[in-house]
Amino acid sequence: MAEAPVSSSLATAKAEDAPLYAPRKQIYPQAVKGRLRTIKWIVLAITLGIYYLLPFIRWDRGPNAPDQAILVDLANGRFYFFFIEIWPQEVYYFTGLLVLAALALFLMNAVAGRVWCGYLCPQTVWTDLFYAVERWVEGDRRERMRHDKEKLTLKVAARKGLKHFIWLMIAWWTGGAWVLYFSDAPTLVYDLATFQAPMVAYIWIGILTFTTYTLAGFMREQVCTYMCPWPRIQAALTDEYALNVTYRYDRGEPRGSMKKNEVLRKQGLPAGDCIDCDQCVAVCPTGVDIRKGLQLDCIQCGLCIDACNSVMEKINRPLNLIAYDTDMNVKARIEGRPEVRKIVRPRTVFYAGIIAIVGAVMIGSLAMRQTIYLSVMHDRNPLFVRLSDGSIRNGFTIRVANKNLDERSYALTVDGLSGAKLDIVGGEIDQQGRAVIKVGPDQTLEARVLVSSHGADVPASTDIHFTLSDIVTGDTTRMSDYFKAP
Amino acid sequence: MAHENHGKVDAVTGVATTGHSWDDIEELNNPLPRWWLWTFYLCIVWAIAYCIVYPAWPLVSSYTKGAFGWHSRDAVEVELAALKDQRSGMTAKLAASSLDEIKQDPEMFAFARAQGKASFGDNCAPCHGAGGGGAKGYPNLNDDDWLWGGSLEQVHKTIQFGARSTSDQGHSGSMPAFGRDGMLKREEISQVADFVRSLSGLPTEKGIDLAAGAKVFADNCAACHGDKGQGMQEMGAPNLSDKIWLFGSDKAIIIEGLNNGRGGVMPAWHGRLDDTTIKALTLYVHSLGGELNR
Repeated sequence: MAEAPVSSSLATAKAEDAPLYAPRKQIYPQAVKGRLRTIKWIVLAITLGIYYLLPFIRWDRGPNAPDQAILVDLANGRFYFFFIEIWPQEVYYFTGLLVLAALALFLMNAVAGRVWCGYLCPQTVWTDLFYAVERWVEGDRRERMRHDKEKLTLKVAARKGLKHFIWLMIAWWTGGAWVLYFSDAPTLVYDLATFQAPMVAYIWIGILTFTTYTLAGFMREQVCTYMCPWPRIQAALTDEYALNVTYRYDRGEPRGSMKKNEVLRKQGLPAGDCIDCDQCVAVCPTGVDIRKGLQLDCIQCGLCIDACNSVMEKINRPLNLIAYDTDMNVKARIEGRPEVRKIVRPRTVFYAGIIAIVGAVMIGSLAMRQTIYLSVMHDRNPLFVRLSDGSIRNGFTIRVANKNLDERSYALTVDGLSGAKLDIVGGEIDQQGRAVIKVGPDQTLEARVLVSSHGADVPASTDIHFTLSDIVTGDTTRMSDYFKAP
Repeated sequence: MAHENHGKVDAVTGVATTGHSWDDIEELNNPLPRWWLWTFYLCIVWAIAYCIVYPAWPLVSSYTKGAFGWHSRDAVEVELAALKDQRSGMTAKLAASSLDEIKQDPEMFAFARAQGKASFGDNCAPCHGAGGGGAKGYPNLNDDDWLWGGSLEQVHKTIQFGARSTSDQGHSGSMPAFGRDGMLKREEISQVADFVRSLSGLPTEKGIDLAAGAKVFADNCAACHGDKGQGMQEMGAPNLSDKIWLFGSDKAIIIEGLNNGRGGVMPAWHGRLDDTTIKALTLYVHSLGGELNR
């Protein structure tokens, strides 16, 4: 980056005079039109559309379960995602999802830098939406800058008031949509509107209204530069092949006014395409000058590419003076070496490979997920009991979970201890000596199981196995434990 | 206290450095954002307000009580009251139902066992052990041998009124001190002790006169313990023919019982615990082992 021109105005400032604290430099991003802006609008519409509307999608699961496609049922400890239902002991699916999300972020980064930051991050999307409102109500960059410099008139104050009102409405709906993921959406909307919803719903709406309004309306790019850890991690994870929004200083420099550079070009002297119009800076939502090269503040949204291209079109110069490129290739062009474009390289193959493996494991475990579940816990005190006839008995607490949406009957048997007799408190023993347990739909049942030895002659510890099987379907699960004796 | 290199300007960014350098990586002396400073001040204000509102500072013999007298003990009591209120429906149902009705209803049975388990830990575990495993002289509640009977009603009665307790409705009857009170001679005690061991198939001392022991048993012990030593629950007389020994099966321990008598006390819980809790305890204890004496 040493080749990139650097503003040196600060370099002369005396360090001793440097202030300890600095106010935020107000940013007034200008409206821009172009291919990447269109893509960003589409991404914004899709992501916000998903967020606001998803809770209203229905999914029929039968009579004993909610019909909301995505629902976090905290009271009953269930998570519903279309055809998937997850119990609290299966949170590892979430872990898997988070691992996949992290790997997808790394892969994105290896291919094209901070795509996440520029297009998909909620902070970017909501800030973009808030800027759009600001521009619509208060006018574009110049108008806003003028109004902020001049004395506040009633008209401007009214406009600002309207802007904050719309912001708060958006923020309110953001919080409103959030709580819908935790309860039946249509019912909750009705309850919220008629002020019958639980207090916690209003509190959460309040919290998210506040954070959305503050982070997207005021903090904006400061969230990315000061608060977010990803820019720091990203810088450590990226490599020289990753595409970044790059100012191609090989053809941009030396920059100068259009007329001056036209003259230089005719004389055969070096003249760059950059006419120093500062459009790339004007449209930037984080207020950076991309011509200074790759920098932490740049979220790589690509709006400067659109801005620069519209200028290049007007002055009849080739497009993509700012483009998705690499610093390495800019240098290569300057030195006359061939450019290197490598999307398939060990790093990307590695990430893609791990994503495929983790994804396959998750799909596999979901496909093989059992709807029958048994846990067995041996009594800790007493470990064993001697009965009147001298035989030994061990007590166990079992939990049987029925993850089906209808009532099921299960039969429990024990093997590993010859002549063992099974008994159950909170269930029945059938004629074959099996403990029969009935569990309601989507419920867990706890029962006490007693295993007695035949006679007094038992080793101090014997491996035993419990087998639980669905009496109708024959689904089976096994658990191992011990039979303890003196 | 500025570093010796303080004020050196970084060539790439044009920003002054603090002078600190780690492996030639230098720390830029960028100003902190102003809002960060306000957040810091806000935290200080918050901390001061917290000290005023909540109990915060220790004093010599007391502490600052906070503006609104908030107390963690009160908060717990509110929560406990809420919990009691939440359970009141089930508690009322338990109070109105008989032991058998509760046992037949899976929901009530589960609730009673859970409540009984908690109450057992609070009241019974010191003698009977955390899981009702018992100890020497304190019956194991997990086995199938019951001094005063293992049916729901019998367990209920024992918990309510106890054994050899202060309640006149409690179980009475104890093992007399045959030796100390001169009812049996030393030799007879030795003989009957061996005879008792033989009832459950335990080895006896060589050369002992078991027939004499049997005679002593029939004359002195059979009235309570039964002619075959099968015990009698009305008297709380243990079954001597099974493999379960409350105090132990060594001859010395049996002789000790014959000499000095036995009479462990189970307190009466009626009046100390409410009726619903005693019901819950009954169902819990019964489910440990008594359940299977059906």
